[in-house]
Amino acid sequence: MILQQLINGLMLGATYSLVAIGYSLIFGVLGLLHFAHGEVLMAGAFMGLYIILWSGLPLYIALPLAMVATGMLGIVIDLLAIRPLKKDFHLAPLLSTIGVTIIIQNLAVKLFGGYGTRFPDAIKTVHYKIGPILISSINILILGVSLFLMVVLYFFIAKTKIGKAMRAVSESHITAGFLGVNVDRVVLITFGIASALAGAAGVMIGIAFHAITPFIGLTFALKGLVVMLLGGLGNVVGAMIGGLILGMAEVMSIALLPTEINLQDIFSFGIMIIILIFKPAGLFGSRVTQG
Amino acid sequence: MDYLISVATIAGIYIIMALSFYLPFMTGQISLAQAGFMSIGAYGSAVCTVKWGIPYVPAVLIGGIFAGIVGVLLGLPALRIKGIYLLLLTLGFGEIVRVVAINLEYTGAAEGFPGIPYQKYTLLYAYGMVLILIIFFSRLRRSRMGRAFQAVGSDENAAEVIGVNIISAKLLAFSVGAFMAGIGGGILAHYQEYIEPLMFDIMHAIEFLIFAIFGGIQIFWGPIFGAFVLTFIPEFLRAIQNWRMELYGALLIIMMIIRPQGVIGLDTVQVVERLFRKALGNVNRVKIGSL
Amino acid sequence: MILEIRDVVKNFNGFCALSNIGMDVEEKKIHALIGPNGAGKTTLFNLISGMYDVNRGEISFKGMRINGVKPHLRTRLGIGRTFQIVRLFGFMSVLENVMLGRHCKTKAGLLKTFFRFSMREMQEEKITRENAMSWLEFVGLTRKANEVASNLPHAEQRLVEIARALALGPDLLLLDEPSAGMNPREAEELNSLISRINQMGKTVLLIEHNMQLVMGISDVISVLNFGEKIAEGNPSEIQDNPAVIEAYLGRKR
Repeated sequence: MILQQLINGLMLGATYSLVAIGYSLIFGVLGLLHFAHGEVLMAGAFMGLYIILWSGLPLYIALPLAMVATGMLGIVIDLLAIRPLKKDFHLAPLLSTIGVTIIIQNLAVKLFGGYGTRFPDAIKTVHYKIGPILISSINILILGVSLFLMVVLYFFIAKTKIGKAMRAVSESHITAGFLGVNVDRVVLITFGIASALAGAAGVMIGIAFHAITPFIGLTFALKGLVVMLLGGLGNVVGAMIGGLILGMAEVMSIALLPTEINLQDIFSFGIMIIILIFKPAGLFGSRVTQG
Repeated sequence: MDYLISVATIAGIYIIMALSFYLPFMTGQISLAQAGFMSIGAYGSAVCTVKWGIPYVPAVLIGGIFAGIVGVLLGLPALRIKGIYLLLLTLGFGEIVRVVAINLEYTGAAEGFPGIPYQKYTLLYAYGMVLILIIFFSRLRRSRMGRAFQAVGSDENAAEVIGVNIISAKLLAFSVGAFMAGIGGGILAHYQEYIEPLMFDIMHAIEFLIFAIFGGIQIFWGPIFGAFVLTFIPEFLRAIQNWRMELYGALLIIMMIIRPQGVIGLDTVQVVERLFRKALGNVNRVKIGSL
Repeated sequence: MILEIRDVVKNFNGFCALSNIGMDVEEKKIHALIGPNGAGKTTLFNLISGMYDVNRGEISFKGMRINGVKPHLRTRLGIGRTFQIVRLFGFMSVLENVMLGRHCKTKAGLLKTFFRFSMREMQEEKITRENAMSWLEFVGLTRKANEVASNLPHAEQRLVEIARALALGPDLLLLDEPSAGMNPREAEELNSLISRINQMGKTVLLIEHNMQLVMGISDVISVLNFGEKIAEGNPSEIQDNPAVIEAYLGRKR
């Protein structure tokens, strides 16, 4: 039974990792905790939903399409709400992203209604029995896609020229600029990648839960930020591991504490408070202190 | 005419709310909890008048004090938490208040709390409170605590080394801000005659933030201006009413790009003071900087 | 001895910034702290002013052990400081910045601010303002009193920071590289400013890289390298000390 829950936890955790990686990437190059990242995830989920619904395309085409669309949304956000900001006011990016959040969420409610929208069945749900546990095709899909994306991302950052540029910008805008890196363009690309990952996470969540609402943005914003605290701000690998840990911990908490109230969200909220009070720099230490 | 009075009354209440956001903001604390405190004040004062027969003014005060006490409780963990995490903490608090209100049978639960005695001089009470707050903030500006608040908001560590007790400064600002929000809630409750949990949700908390940030954060006239203008304009442009929140979001982003300090800044105040001096001539010399 | 440092050790996550530091600062003297970059000088200042706590060892001020005492309380005891990189409150005026120096010496809280019944509060505010103006006069910046602090040129910002620290009424003033970014003329004026501060009876502990300034004005010089004190003495002793020369210039091959 525990093992069963762990599988679900891993699946959930994998989506959290995808979200948290996006946060890490953006925090790395901009020093900004992108409040609207959750809304990007939500938008991606809806875009995926409608792509599948209207085009009938199979998932392996629809998902990349949704990711591209979400990536473009991220790029638009950077161009309109982040890049034009002046550097003097250190709260400006945070406040600007709050503005983005309001716009996206309210638009979504107008477009899609405040109640849940059913997510189309993208794949056939088949259950496989491995020993004592039941793994569904959904579990496999989500875990597989997430892991695949994480591995691709890891090699991208480690091996490609752009990846190196991203790492340089994370260290220092000024130094990277001296070395000839177009900082603005790197930031743009980072936004695109982070948002695309969020889009993938959104679609995965839709598949996992069979329904999405315009309000999942804030929930996942919270979860992603908690993972950041667990794994260390700006630490991409930490985000990956932290996400899996949070997912499993959440699932465990539901399994072990049977109550009516939706403890899930309060659980991650509670973890956030505890970490922040006792270890404001995060569990694994961060490269910069939060703020 | 009646319509104008009702809009003006709401504007007055919202001015109080914008100022309640502004006080903790001066010490660097961005709080989305003011809607929650407003809720506590509203319900608290309503319980006083409806269930216990306490007259209006003491009831509203009690509501405010109750909110202020909760403000101290929330303010304590908030001391160590900054930036986006404080946003989430205060957001979470607001949600907790809302969920508690939805489940509390004594105050009507989700159906709301009807039958609150109507206060026909609400306009006077609201602007009376605004006047009190104006006196408070203008005295604060020229005082030791005011400088201390600004110093803490500007550079916490340097302020501490100068000798400012940052813990008491932040806690004080946060709890007095909560008190103000509670008063605003009490006044609102006895104007609308009916309150329900949804009236004090996340979007409202963000609205108060926008009033203050748009209006101007360098001086207390900013939030007053912001709340007043942003309450009146949607009333007169019917066309945009449905898009109010999206417009607020866009406004926030635009302000961050073109004028992050908000509409009303120190420069604005200087211009106004100069005009005042010209108008009054040498006969009645207005003390410079008295605003 | 106004400040006594005994066997102080400070680690940061395994990196040892300071080891076995012992130092006595004599009252009413000008005591300089020099050493190559990274030697641990600012760390020592941070330990004295309370921003960090020592891992081992003791710091005593005016004969009283101050380990673990919070920064704002140390200020009240009489320790003032400036920073390596100027940390003024940029959006406040120069005068307001200096007035903040008196924060811990005044009492008006929030309630008194609002009610302002007593003449005492209004008096207090007036005194604070006059006190601040007099310190601005001391550093020669009264004409900039109402300017927004971040608008001032760098050297003047440093002077404002010193004025602010002086408004605290400290007995011990920690100056962290006050001449950084100043041209020779400004450094000269700084030199005489520090002398005047010392003549008022204040003890000055000074981190500096400007050797002319240091040699010209100090009574005692302590030299740090790689977190250890390698020499101490008056200016001429230090100038001839081979260990000091080696620390700055590297080992002669």
